Amino acid sequence: MTTLFTILFDGVAYGMLLFVLACGLAVTLGLMNFVNLAHGAFAMTGGYVCAVLVNQSGWPFFAALPLAFVSSALIGVVLERALYRHLYARSHLDQVLFSVGLVFMSVAAVDYVMGSSRIFIKLPAALEGQIDFFGVGIGRYRLMIIVICGLLTAGLQLVLARTRFGSRLRAAVDDPRAASGLGINVPQVFAFTFAFGCGLAGLGGALSAEILGLDPYFPLKFMIYFLIVVTVGGSSSITGPFLASLLLGVGDVAGKYYVPKMGPFVIYTIMIVILIWRPNGLFGRTAAR
Amino acid sequence: MTAQADVGRYARQHARWHWSEIAFWVLALCCAFLFPSRFLIMSDIVRLALFALSLDLILGYAGIVSLGHAAFFGVGAYCAGLLALHGIVTEPVVALVMAGLAAMVVGFLTSFLVIRGVDLTRLMVTLGIALLLEALAERFSNITGGTDGLQGIEMAPILGLFAFDMFGKVGFFYSLAVLFALFLLARRIVHSPFGLSLRAIKNNPLRAAAVGVPVNRRLIAVYTLAAFYAGIAGALFTQTTALASLDVFAFERSADLMLVLVIGGSGYLYGGLIGAVVFRMLQEFFSNLTPQYWQFWIGLVLVVIVLVGRARMHRWALWAPNLIIGLLSGRKAIVAVPESDAS
Repeated sequence: MTTLFTILFDGVAYGMLLFVLACGLAVTLGLMNFVNLAHGAFAMTGGYVCAVLVNQSGWPFFAALPLAFVSSALIGVVLERALYRHLYARSHLDQVLFSVGLVFMSVAAVDYVMGSSRIFIKLPAALEGQIDFFGVGIGRYRLMIIVICGLLTAGLQLVLARTRFGSRLRAAVDDPRAASGLGINVPQVFAFTFAFGCGLAGLGGALSAEILGLDPYFPLKFMIYFLIVVTVGGSSSITGPFLASLLLGVGDVAGKYYVPKMGPFVIYTIMIVILIWRPNGLFGRTAAR
Repeated sequence: MTAQADVGRYARQHARWHWSEIAFWVLALCCAFLFPSRFLIMSDIVRLALFALSLDLILGYAGIVSLGHAAFFGVGAYCAGLLALHGIVTEPVVALVMAGLAAMVVGFLTSFLVIRGVDLTRLMVTLGIALLLEALAERFSNITGGTDGLQGIEMAPILGLFAFDMFGKVGFFYSLAVLFALFLLARRIVHSPFGLSLRAIKNNPLRAAAVGVPVNRRLIAVYTLAAFYAGIAGALFTQTTALASLDVFAFERSADLMLVLVIGGSGYLYGGLIGAVVFRMLQEFFSNLTPQYWQFWIGLVLVVIVLVGRARMHRWALWAPNLIIGLLSGRKAIVAVPESDAS
């Protein structure tokens, strides 16, 4: 029973992390219909920025996290304005080629600057170890991830559903022409959303260095996971990707514990089955129009 | 004139061999004598060309975007490797066909998953299948050798006559012969009414269905065929390099393959062949420039090509050859600018 709780807890933490990493992609891929395979590169950027700040400049971990967010978001907004926006109207094939090109560049560039080995971020002592909770060992670091990611998710949901910006974004996505006719600056909304998504990925990258591991091949290794979250979750709201991330997280952790020999086999099979069964994702409307 | 005769006339007209095509193949053969010290890289180019030809069949002709074409390459590679390793079939040509058939079976089975859904689902499913096979190969590492790959593959002489040598000379001629034979087959197929119907499906599946083309059956057929080609390419890889490891399924392989086709242009068969030559030369050049980090430059090439626009790029590249051909033969250039494949 205790193991079950531990698996559940670790799975939820893992899933929440995946959600923060992938929810930017849920907007670009699910809502803006742009196949951005380079999303992991932004996450990696955040992770490395955090690692450099903490390990080499001696910043406290919690001060480096916002900077991971900001740096990824900045790079995101620059790339969006310079490159991405020219490709919104292009075919999926073009978008795939473009973003794969970006992934290759980021992998080689990070390899060149930081070396190819895995990087660890020095954690503050308060985050190490476990708390004993009714006999269930709970990792402090994972608990922190659940808290941070849970708050972020709630915040996102509020912003999307309740604020003026949220309704602008939803309008711009539903019908860009009508939205711009109503005076909404659609490119600006998209650019801001894109940057915010990249920033979240950067934050996720910094948080995930401990759990997923951070090396130059991060964008390639986890690309499929991000895509699974979005395509399986659908894109009608952020609840879909959120539930999909939790499912994926718990499923992956449980799979690794109970059938370690099958590796990621289970996850891929489930993904293909779901996509065949419901091409538009488990929750909500089409992810690909 | 009936519609049928019309189609026949059109197909025949386009299926005629142009002298520049013959020149292309003669040139390819001449390479063997021009660069006798570069057999290894040349057979690598030939294998890549065959692999790209396979992707061209589904991407350029049927408009199926695949991110996991390495799946079939891998199946072919492991099949050929296992057949040779356990001495089941040691004669390379027979093993080649068997490996191709194995990939074909996998292609046929997965085609039902691929024809469902639109672009994005297809991307995900093809990618998923390749990853799945990679995970399987890793799981059954007692059979596949895991990350170390299959060790000690020994090939018997081709047709019992030509033994593989150290310098890859036999391997090159063997690969080139296979490529040429399969190219002829592909050329025959794309110029047949079947090929025409594929183009119709690519341009507008709904309209194609309305004029009576069995869309799904055609897509399954061409996907299966492409899997066969990719399997052969994989088997050639194993046979000529005596190597098969997990990276035959790698995502990079599928991504590189797309770059090959993007460089060469899709939808006229020679794109993959030309693209393979250019890609490998670029790769050589970049690895000499910055060993270890050549991927950066390959990525940059991809980004630039997409931003400039694939169609425009090809217009620039083909301007001079088209001019020369136009002046010399006084007819429309055969190296047509490939249509921009909006998918």
